[in-house]
Amino acid sequence: MSKAIRFAPLALLLLVIVALVWRLATPVDTNVHSKLAGRPVPFFTLAAALPTKPTVSSTDLATGQPRLVNIFASWCVPCVSEVKVLQSLKSRGVPIDGIDIRDRPADLTDFLARNGDPYERIGSDPQSQLQIALGSSGVPESFIVDGKGIIRYQHIGAIQASDMPMILTKLEQAK
Amino acid sequence: MNRLSFLLAILVAQPLLADSSLPPAYWANRQLPDSRQEAKAEALMAEVRCLVCQGQSIADSDAELAGDMRDLIRRRIAAGEKPSAIQGWLVQRYGTWISYKPTDEPAAWPLWLAPFGLLLVGLWFVRRRIGQRRRG
Repeated sequence: MSKAIRFAPLALLLLVIVALVWRLATPVDTNVHSKLAGRPVPFFTLAAALPTKPTVSSTDLATGQPRLVNIFASWCVPCVSEVKVLQSLKSRGVPIDGIDIRDRPADLTDFLARNGDPYERIGSDPQSQLQIALGSSGVPESFIVDGKGIIRYQHIGAIQASDMPMILTKLEQAK
Repeated sequence: MNRLSFLLAILVAQPLLADSSLPPAYWANRQLPDSRQEAKAEALMAEVRCLVCQGQSIADSDAELAGDMRDLIRRRIAAGEKPSAIQGWLVQRYGTWISYKPTDEPAAWPLWLAPFGLLLVGLWFVRRRIGQRRRG
C-alpha cells in the first residue's frame, strides 16, 4: 500500500469534521418560504372573526395601495410582542389586516383588549385553510400585498421593532 | 416555608401553551367512509411533509397544522379531486420541499445517478481483484 493511501482515512475524517463544524457555524434556514411571493393572492373569503369588525377577503387586498396582512392568533406567544410593533406601523399609516388562526371570538376580544388592536379588518381561519392556501407555515407571519393584490414579501416570525425600517421600505417599493 | 411554596408553585405550574384551544379539524383524525378514497388520502398524507415537525409526514405528525392539512386532503379527495392535483396544489405553495416523493429536478440528479456510480466503483474493484489473483 502506498503512503498516500494509508493517510486517506485520516484525510476523510478531517474532511467530515470540517464539514460538520461548518454546518454548525452556519445553520441551515429551516423556514419554509411561500412560493406565492410575486404571485397574486389566491381568491378567498373568510367569516368575520368578531361581530364588531369587518372581515378580509382577497378583493380587499387589491385596493390600489399596499397592505400588510398579518397571520396571528390569540394563543400565539410571539404575537403579543408583535402587536406593539404593528401598532407603530399603523400610526405611520400602514393599513393592516389580520387573519386569525384557530381562534375563539372571546379569546380574540381579550387579546385585542389587552395588547391593542392595529387591525382594520380581521378574518377568521379556524382550520388554517387560508394559511395553507397562502403557503404559510406558522404564526406569526406577515405578507406585504401591493395595490394589485400581488404578494411582494413574506415575513416569517414576529416583526421586531428593528425590522420596521425594512418593512416600511418594502411597503414603499410595493407602491 | 419559602421552599414549600416554591414546591407548591411547581406543582400547579402549567406548560406554556403553543397550541390553540380549538379541537382538531373534523377529518383530521377520522377516516373517510369510502375505503378506496381513504386509501388514496392516506397514501398522499404519507408523502406530504409536515411544516411544523419537519422530519415527519403529516400522517405521523400530531401538530395542529398537520391535522388541518389531513382535513384538507380528505375533503378534497372526498370531493373527487385527484391526489396528484392536490399534491401539485401544495407544491405550488410550499415548493417541492413539501413532498417526500423524489423529483426529477437537477438538485435530485446525484440521487438518481449515485447507484450507477457505485456500480462502476464496484466493477472497478472486482476487476482489480481478479487481475491481482491472475498475476499471483
